[in-house]
Amino acid sequence: MESQAFQKVYKKLTNITKATVSLKASDVGYDEMAIVHGRLGQVVKILGDEVILQIFSGTEGIPTNAEVAFLGRPPQLKVSEQLAGRFFNAYGDPIDGGPSVDGETRDIGSPSVNPVRRMQPSHLIATGIAGIDLNNTLVTGQKIPFFADPDQPYNQVMANVALRAQADKIILGGMGLSNDDYLYFKNVFDNAGALDRIVSFVNTTDDPPVERLLVPDMALTAAEYFAVDKNEKVLVLLTDMTLFADALSIVSNRMDQIPSKDSMPGSLYSDLARIYEKAVQFPSGGSITIIAVTTLSGGDITHAIPDNTGYITEGQLFLRRDTDIGKVIVDPFRSLSRLKQLVIGKQTRNDHPQVMNAAIRLYADAANAKTKLENGFDLTDYDERTLDFAKAYSEQILAIDLNIDTQKMLDVSWNLFRTHFHQAEVGLKKEFMDLYWEEK
Amino acid sequence: MERRDKTKGKIAGIIANLVIVEVDGPVAQNEICFIQHDETALMAEVIKIMGRNAYVQVFESTRGLKVGMPVVFEGHMLEVTLGPGILSRNYDGLQNDLDKMDGVFLKRGDYTDPLNREKLWDFKPDANIGDTVQAGDWLGEVSENGMPHKIMVPFKFQGSYSVKSVVSAGSYKVDDLVAVLTDAKGNDVSVTMVQKWPVKVAIRAFAQKPRPFKLLETGIRCIDTLNPITEGGTGFIPGPFGTGKTVLQHAISKQAEADIVIIAACGERANEVVEIFTEFPELDDPRTGKKLIERTTIIANTSNMPVAAREASVYTAMTLAEYYRSMGLRVLLMADSTSRWAQALREMSNRLEELPGPDAFPMDLSAIVSNFYSRAGYVKLNNGLSGSITFIGTVSPAGGNLKEPVTESTRKAARCFYGLSQARADSKRYPAIDAIDSYSKYLEYPEVQEYLVKQVGDKWLEQVIEAKDMLLRGKEAQEQINILGDDGVPIDFHERYWKSELIDFVILQQDAFDSIDCSTPLDRQQYMLNKVLSVANSSFRFNGFEQVSDFFKRVINQLKQMNYSQFQSDTFVKYEGDLDEMLKAQLN
Repeated sequence: MESQAFQKVYKKLTNITKATVSLKASDVGYDEMAIVHGRLGQVVKILGDEVILQIFSGTEGIPTNAEVAFLGRPPQLKVSEQLAGRFFNAYGDPIDGGPSVDGETRDIGSPSVNPVRRMQPSHLIATGIAGIDLNNTLVTGQKIPFFADPDQPYNQVMANVALRAQADKIILGGMGLSNDDYLYFKNVFDNAGALDRIVSFVNTTDDPPVERLLVPDMALTAAEYFAVDKNEKVLVLLTDMTLFADALSIVSNRMDQIPSKDSMPGSLYSDLARIYEKAVQFPSGGSITIIAVTTLSGGDITHAIPDNTGYITEGQLFLRRDTDIGKVIVDPFRSLSRLKQLVIGKQTRNDHPQVMNAAIRLYADAANAKTKLENGFDLTDYDERTLDFAKAYSEQILAIDLNIDTQKMLDVSWNLFRTHFHQAEVGLKKEFMDLYWEEK
Repeated sequence: MERRDKTKGKIAGIIANLVIVEVDGPVAQNEICFIQHDETALMAEVIKIMGRNAYVQVFESTRGLKVGMPVVFEGHMLEVTLGPGILSRNYDGLQNDLDKMDGVFLKRGDYTDPLNREKLWDFKPDANIGDTVQAGDWLGEVSENGMPHKIMVPFKFQGSYSVKSVVSAGSYKVDDLVAVLTDAKGNDVSVTMVQKWPVKVAIRAFAQKPRPFKLLETGIRCIDTLNPITEGGTGFIPGPFGTGKTVLQHAISKQAEADIVIIAACGERANEVVEIFTEFPELDDPRTGKKLIERTTIIANTSNMPVAAREASVYTAMTLAEYYRSMGLRVLLMADSTSRWAQALREMSNRLEELPGPDAFPMDLSAIVSNFYSRAGYVKLNNGLSGSITFIGTVSPAGGNLKEPVTESTRKAARCFYGLSQARADSKRYPAIDAIDSYSKYLEYPEVQEYLVKQVGDKWLEQVIEAKDMLLRGKEAQEQINILGDDGVPIDFHERYWKSELIDFVILQQDAFDSIDCSTPLDRQQYMLNKVLSVANSSFRFNGFEQVSDFFKRVINQLKQMNYSQFQSDTFVKYEGDLDEMLKAQLN
């Protein structure tokens, strides 16, 4: 921990709560960091000469005569190429046994990009997973979360996406990551020989929850360094944002704020937006793409965390186990990539948009047929065919274990249309029918 | 309120972007002040006064602020600068010109001039010496991107004035003197092309506000045909995320028959604003032959920009709209999303420790929302001409629940309701406007009905109601089919269901990304509705319910191909011919 020779040390705390301490102090800046009894804290409220500090690692054992030294600066990170391949904790200190990083010191939580200086995202990110590339195409500069129940393999899918995405740097922000998942990521990246492209900021379940609040800003400060200073394509992985939001609610609760929906602070939308909006395509070619995880409880997307997230992010990817084929699929109904319109049919074959929509519509018909079946009604010939189609579509397109290119995905889709339906049932623009209906 | 002496103060406390300032003189509610921090001055607005403490919300990050820092109060409320050169500008919520800022990142305390002070404008005088004028009356005009931009008697002028002099036609800068007016007491006041106005106060420089009656064409079938909005009307679009609010808003702003489009991107995604920045300069405006951006102004306060400025952004946008309305123009104002504005109010109310209303929103939310919506409308100006602000706001209901406070408050204020349905969006039926739940109160206005009969045809209203009834009957039939099974209901239930599907697929659904289908002019809408209803009113012969769906799918496919073709082109006529054959073969 650092200290400065001339700094004034206070030794009298007036109030202590589970997450905050107060004391009388002067000349203290808002958002400033301090060391309280050897722990890091940050100024969250100043009223006259009373300063209230949030202690990231909790206040257990802090006495009223604890030493408090203000650092005269907000939380910071040292940035340089040396970050690559390293693992850090929420404060940006190495946890991999390596040396500390030399470089330029930057405040975390920096200002927003001027919207007129942004570029429209335009580079397709290929993942090989058809449930993503065909139905919910990702673009650099996009921000998109996985909405998943805790038992689904979201971290595995995310690691796969990250490795296939051809990013210059992958920055992992782990919040409340279990130690096993942390080691999983480390192994996967290591085995892929990608470790030198990875920077990780990790708060595991062993660490105090409030420390998590620093992780996204740390990760994004590093991301901005590589994207702005080095013009690199940076992919940021944030898992799990639900645990980040839980930490926000703990702090706001300790600060006696009036909770809004689901006990979350009223500022949840702005707090999350501040992070997700760091996703950007810069004119110089650098970009920051954010793929996050928001775990749901019982698939409930109306809860304040997924709900606010959905309004901020450019779509969401839903994972679901399809019992018909016994695999996890990317749910085509509830998943969405808002930026896909910028690339599909332009950087991919021009039948892409229509094929995608037609397939999903037919898949929806299959869902209706299934309901009919469950309710004990007879199925029509069309119903039967949609059910067959749905099974094949799940297996050959939606399953997450796929790794094929978009061209192939489209060909597979046409093949499925042809096998199960008449032209009028598929209902595509005639020019595409003429081109692709007959098998080549 | 205006005060010449500047009150001074010192910071006494900081809680996020709420700063408590101890003052040494008079301050007013909503007065603007600047906090001096190192080299920069941070703008803030007074939102509460307790004794000698003024509570101000800072429009910037408060990082590093300290107790004791000096604050200067400006003696006026938050104001916008009005004058030629507002069109095709990109402003932030406080009307700073974003293009004038240096660097990729926004810098704290970087305030830029909304107008170009050096540009020369060709001024043509409109008033004569000796004319009696009042606030909002036209003194002359300049051409702004080809649009007549009136130079008006400043809105702050009270009472009547006589024109002492007006400069002759020629090139002038916005700050040059263009007229001298004499007030009732004989004092001379000079007028330039620029004036200021406080955003939270409505501009009332018009003679009266009659009920709107003219249809505002949007080119979107399920709005224009089923639930039309009027020039000067208000509407709102609530919808859970992912149901296409923004795509719909963009479509309306691109296509609507308005002279001026003002878009307030309020607390939404930055990439959506970038889409406007990127697309609008490329899009041709079919009415003027120029680019769409030339009649558009964008107020961008994206979700990561300071929260307090988010609240200001909608007011800034409304004030600019009122300014252009006073010139006798038809303004379309879009705000996406008003829920974010309400959340900004909630955050502040929370920091002020006010007693919360439902879902922790402030108690007066409903009053604030309806007050804002009431600033839109159709007006008769003092010179007998008319102008309008059509306002459409989106609402992002928490959890998709339309009973939440922002949606409920807005429902009381807006006259059109375009509810987006999750189920429609899930099955990719876009635009996902639920035609049965949505409504337009304007359809009940006798003056609107009269206008529609005159413009579209005397059968139009009946046809619209018929189409709505068919949709409703189709929905009921579908429920019966779902309960009783395909063969548990008579065949005409299937027919009823498929007739509603016909209207759904051909009229309601529209491909916003297809260059032809994206916008349908009213005459084409009428033609297609006629066509669809004539199919729906024919009697066909079917042997079994499977034939019904098979037949209607083919019919729908044919009509969709028509939607994708140029109106009355050879291909269009050919598809229609094929369709007629298909129908004939199945007729009873």
